Amino acid sequence: MKTNIKLSARNINFFYGNTQVLFDNNLDIPANQITAVIGPSGCGKSTHLRIYNRIFELYRNQQATGEVLLDGQNILDDSVDILKLRHRIGMIFQKPTPFPMSIFDNVAYPLRLHYKLRSKEIAERVEQALQAASIWDEVKDKLHTSGLALSGGQQQRLCIARALIAEPEVLLMDEPTSAIDPIATLRIEELVMQLKERLTIVIVTHNMQQAARISDTTAFFYKGRIVEVGNTDQIFTNPTHKQTEDYITGRFG
Amino acid sequence: MCWILITVFSHGMSAISPGFLLHISKPYGESEGGIANALLGTLCITLGAILIAVPPALAAGIYLSEFGKQSRVAIMLRFCANVLMGIPSILVGLFVYVLLVVSTGHFSGFAGSVALAIIMFPVIMRTTEDMLSMVPNTLREASLALGMTRMRATLCIVARSAKNGLATGILLALARVSGETAPLLFTAMFADTWPTSFFTNPTANIPVLLTEYTTNSPFESMHSLGWGAAFIITFLILLINLTTRLFFHENKH
Repeated sequence: MKTNIKLSARNINFFYGNTQVLFDNNLDIPANQITAVIGPSGCGKSTHLRIYNRIFELYRNQQATGEVLLDGQNILDDSVDILKLRHRIGMIFQKPTPFPMSIFDNVAYPLRLHYKLRSKEIAERVEQALQAASIWDEVKDKLHTSGLALSGGQQQRLCIARALIAEPEVLLMDEPTSAIDPIATLRIEELVMQLKERLTIVIVTHNMQQAARISDTTAFFYKGRIVEVGNTDQIFTNPTHKQTEDYITGRFG
Repeated sequence: MCWILITVFSHGMSAISPGFLLHISKPYGESEGGIANALLGTLCITLGAILIAVPPALAAGIYLSEFGKQSRVAIMLRFCANVLMGIPSILVGLFVYVLLVVSTGHFSGFAGSVALAIIMFPVIMRTTEDMLSMVPNTLREASLALGMTRMRATLCIVARSAKNGLATGILLALARVSGETAPLLFTAMFADTWPTSFFTNPTANIPVLLTEYTTNSPFESMHSLGWGAAFIITFLILLINLTTRLFFHENKH
């Protein structure tokens, strides 16, 4: 079966100052699938993810070369409207990042940022987003309390709702469950699996079981290079590279 | 500190009466004077100083923390602020005296405000920078990842999450200048009248009243008024410091 390619990284090199940390990365992200990026700490998997929405540009000494094609358009090109790009590609971080405002205002923020809507419409969309992030039932009675008062797992789902409300086409997740307890992690995994009908997901994870449980495609990073990419089942049962096998069987990492 | 407080308290309490707070100060030799005009004058001068110092100091602090960082301009600005903080306040008074009093030909409350604002500026700027740099980078990244501009992320999210810290900086600066006498001696001067024209007339204020009454006057009743004024000003500074603590305490949650 031929799948559509949503995002495609071509010959990506990445530098922190003069230190090169990514070498010639090539990766195709299929549309409406979950792509897991795995590898030992410091192998560059988060760095790779942070190129897709150009968030690394916040730091002056970080630089990427190569191309990232989103539906065929190179998003690393200077002419790309970076605000529109980030509207199309949402991101979830390792630590939940609620804003210092109420639950409702947190989720409504991107809507107010990108659209002019009537308040009734905003309220409806906020409810839909909170439901899509399966947190509505827990917060519907306290929408106007601070988002900072929620538990870690709830905060992370709040952030997912906030990312979903702008209707992005791609969702980047940078170890979204590493700061969260196992039960909350399971809920977020279920949620991610539901979401792939609506958008394309790239998830960086430390946790190999998680990658095996939820992803369709897996990419294995080692020392800034992509060692192996393939169907998740094949990577975990029958990897072609020795390094991949060693990592997956727990011999290092 | 307790010794100082007890001395001020024991001498000051006897002077405090309704008349003391409600009457205006009288020329040397007349009895039944009060400090009402000086209290109002101090209020006007301090308020003026806040209005003059806070907006540019906040802007400079935001610039240092979010945009300037280690750039040459930022390093210069930090250096100048440090020097400014070390300059004796009497020199600031002299500077404003030359700048605003000699050139216009009259003392004024406004000149006093400018002198105090110059002292407040570096304090507010540096606390603003410190408080903003305590905001975790993940919050900046999360804001930008939703498609906000740098400016919007800084003002609406980063500054908002540090707002108690920013208020603390302003209050600290306020506490620092509210007892300053030297800069006012050359600028606002003193008057035995209500502050009638803030921009063209000498304006009564507590610190100068205190100096004049306790050291320059031969009359016993004025000494007692001076102690009363000392008590009031101690009380006000204590109040500001307590409020600051309250803000800072909240900040930690």
